[in-house]
Amino acid sequence: MTTTLTPILTAFWDEPHSWSRKTYERNGGYEALRKALAMPAADVLAAVKDSGLRGRGGAGFPTGLKWSFLPKPDGGPRYLVVNADESEPGTCKDIPLLMASPQTLIEGAIITSYAIGCHKAFIYLRGEVVHVYRRLLGAVAEAKAAGYLGENILGSGFDLDIVVHAGAGAYICGEETALLDSLEGRRGQPRLKPPFPAVAGLYARPTVVNNVESIASVPSIVGRGAGWFKSMGTDRSSGFGIFSLSGHVNRPGQYEAPLGITLRELLAMAGGIRRGHELKFWTPGGSSTPIFTGKHLDVPLDFESVGAAGSMLGTRALQIFDDTTCVVRAVLRWTEFYKHESCGKCTPCREGTYWLAQVLKRLEAGQGSEEDLAKLLDICDNILGRAFCALGDGATSPITSSIQHFRDEYLAHLAQGGCPFDPSRSTLFEEAFA
Amino acid sequence: MPLTADVTERLTADAHQIMERYPVARSALLPMLHLVQSEEGYISPDGIAFCARTLDLTPAEVAAVATFYTQFKRRPNGTYTVGVCTNTLCAVMGGDAIFETLEKNLGSGHDETTGDGTITLERVECNAGCDYAPVVMVNWEFFDNQTPGSAKAIVDKLRAGEAVVPTRGAAKVHTFKEASRVLAGFLDGHENEGVGAGPASLQGTLLARREGWTAPDPGAGTTPVDGTKQKGQS
Ligand SMILES: Cc1cc2nc3c(=O)[nH]c(=O)nc-3n(C[C@H](O)[C@H](O)[C@H](O)COP(=O)(O)O)c2cc1C
Ligand code: SF4
Repeated sequence: MTTTLTPILTAFWDEPHSWSRKTYERNGGYEALRKALAMPAADVLAAVKDSGLRGRGGAGFPTGLKWSFLPKPDGGPRYLVVNADESEPGTCKDIPLLMASPQTLIEGAIITSYAIGCHKAFIYLRGEVVHVYRRLLGAVAEAKAAGYLGENILGSGFDLDIVVHAGAGAYICGEETALLDSLEGRRGQPRLKPPFPAVAGLYARPTVVNNVESIASVPSIVGRGAGWFKSMGTDRSSGFGIFSLSGHVNRPGQYEAPLGITLRELLAMAGGIRRGHELKFWTPGGSSTPIFTGKHLDVPLDFESVGAAGSMLGTRALQIFDDTTCVVRAVLRWTEFYKHESCGKCTPCREGTYWLAQVLKRLEAGQGSEEDLAKLLDICDNILGRAFCALGDGATSPITSSIQHFRDEYLAHLAQGGCPFDPSRSTLFEEAFA
Repeated sequence: MPLTADVTERLTADAHQIMERYPVARSALLPMLHLVQSEEGYISPDGIAFCARTLDLTPAEVAAVATFYTQFKRRPNGTYTVGVCTNTLCAVMGGDAIFETLEKNLGSGHDETTGDGTITLERVECNAGCDYAPVVMVNWEFFDNQTPGSAKAIVDKLRAGEAVVPTRGAAKVHTFKEASRVLAGFLDGHENEGVGAGPASLQGTLLARREGWTAPDPGAGTTPVDGTKQKGQS
């Protein structure tokens, strides 16, 4: 028996005006909120903890456990901040969710706020998606008009206001503490941890930061039960997630499935690699996760199995490249991205990403020497574990993993004095060049 | 153009609306910088002074923030920012070829504006539309599955003063200043235009429906049902 898709968040994205409150309610929306408001807040938190939900923003930290780290109420404010910065290369699940069904996130944010005792929540959206910002602003207004937000929500006595805030173009603002600085009106640079946001987050108050998809999964857990959620996925990676397939596949797109599905299964659903070509390499969870090859088609895509196979589940951003793609070119471009997005706060990342890009550029041009590979690995070694935040660590992933799997291809650049690949063959419109 | 007294008064009223959203006024800075761009088309010296005065910061503090973020422009922007994604996946699928075509066609490179002030060309980083690669963004609206030819058609239309329609977005692309006002948090009434989801976003939803695949029945508790095996226990 093979794994099948489990549409939950994506179930009604094709309905007309899928983003409206009416469509959402017609599909069972806001029933979980009514149920939650009739429960003690501690029971809502317990349900999320029991479900085993782990953060969908990349790191996979248990969501309920994170909420339980908030100190006891002291009468002052505590905040929920939803991370909608989605900028990790390859990651493209939160933006379509917010475009198609923003009410799911709003309901999740209300239930979460109730569970953690928050009365003012923020959604930090990357600034480069104007229409998604419109949809979110519209969704908050619609929810407020229906009495789901504001004072005394549905007669429960619970008050909540949600502010949707647009960023201004900076990948690092997806890192949760950089995000908080940015939301406070500063340059988005990471903060030293501890203290963790749960203790001193936004405005130095207790704060929960969660990914869009994590929070959007909460209504289904509260509505249908922790046991239901756990009936999907694996023991330690429970539930479902959106898998985003992009690149050289016949039907790229969003596929919502239990954690633990394999790329082989997903590729079968997506119509396989484009005709006449073979899978060469892929990222399991965005550009910061070490690349995989055809040898990894049967690795179950859950946190443990992907980790054991030498990468990370990350954001389930499956970027797929076929045999026409030059891995050195791909890695150089990612490295230029990290160099551009390095916030400059710490030396290993600021200087290291600069030098990595220089050396890779030389290699891609077929200049340099085999010693440059050792140099790259040495620089990576000086960044990994020494950088102030995970951006620096992530920058090393494509380099070390590509040298591990494709050392010969680096050497072929040197032997040929240039790139052995024709870039026009990897485009999706190669006919245009013929 | 220097900010006149009238304009400053109007912006001040807007800024106070923005500040009211937050428990601490300084949080209003990013939206206020978007607001400045909605008036000036870039982060002007007057705009920096305005933010500093309103939020009780120094101009240096405001400038330090503005220069950190790529959406804040140091020079007057074109009416339309045309951003070609040239991060790895889009670049490989054709983004590099698209960028080269536009560069040649417009005679301007990355972060440069055409002489007529219509278009600022940019290489942009991953914009979360990878399943629609190659992606082009015009004033931060999605143009999916582009080719060099389709991208050239977009800029031709823009330069001819014609409206262009995003694949997933509003009914037409609005100007840089208008889009900047939305980013300051002022809804422009276009949120119900356009599609909910494009074809790639719906692949899984429609496949599941064709195959009759559904999420497990809540009543079934922890029993795996209906083709959904519990991974790792089989
Ligand atoms: C450079 C960098 C970028 C990140 N970008 C995002 C992002 O866009 N969205 C997100 O949810 N998490 C992002 N994260 C992870 C967050 O720091 C944080 O772990 C996450 O928001 C927690 O939510 P979760 O537990 O629900 O996953 C990023 C981390 C780093 C280091
Ligand atoms: S690792 Fe890079 S992004 Fe993170 S704090 Fe250091 S310089 Fe900034």
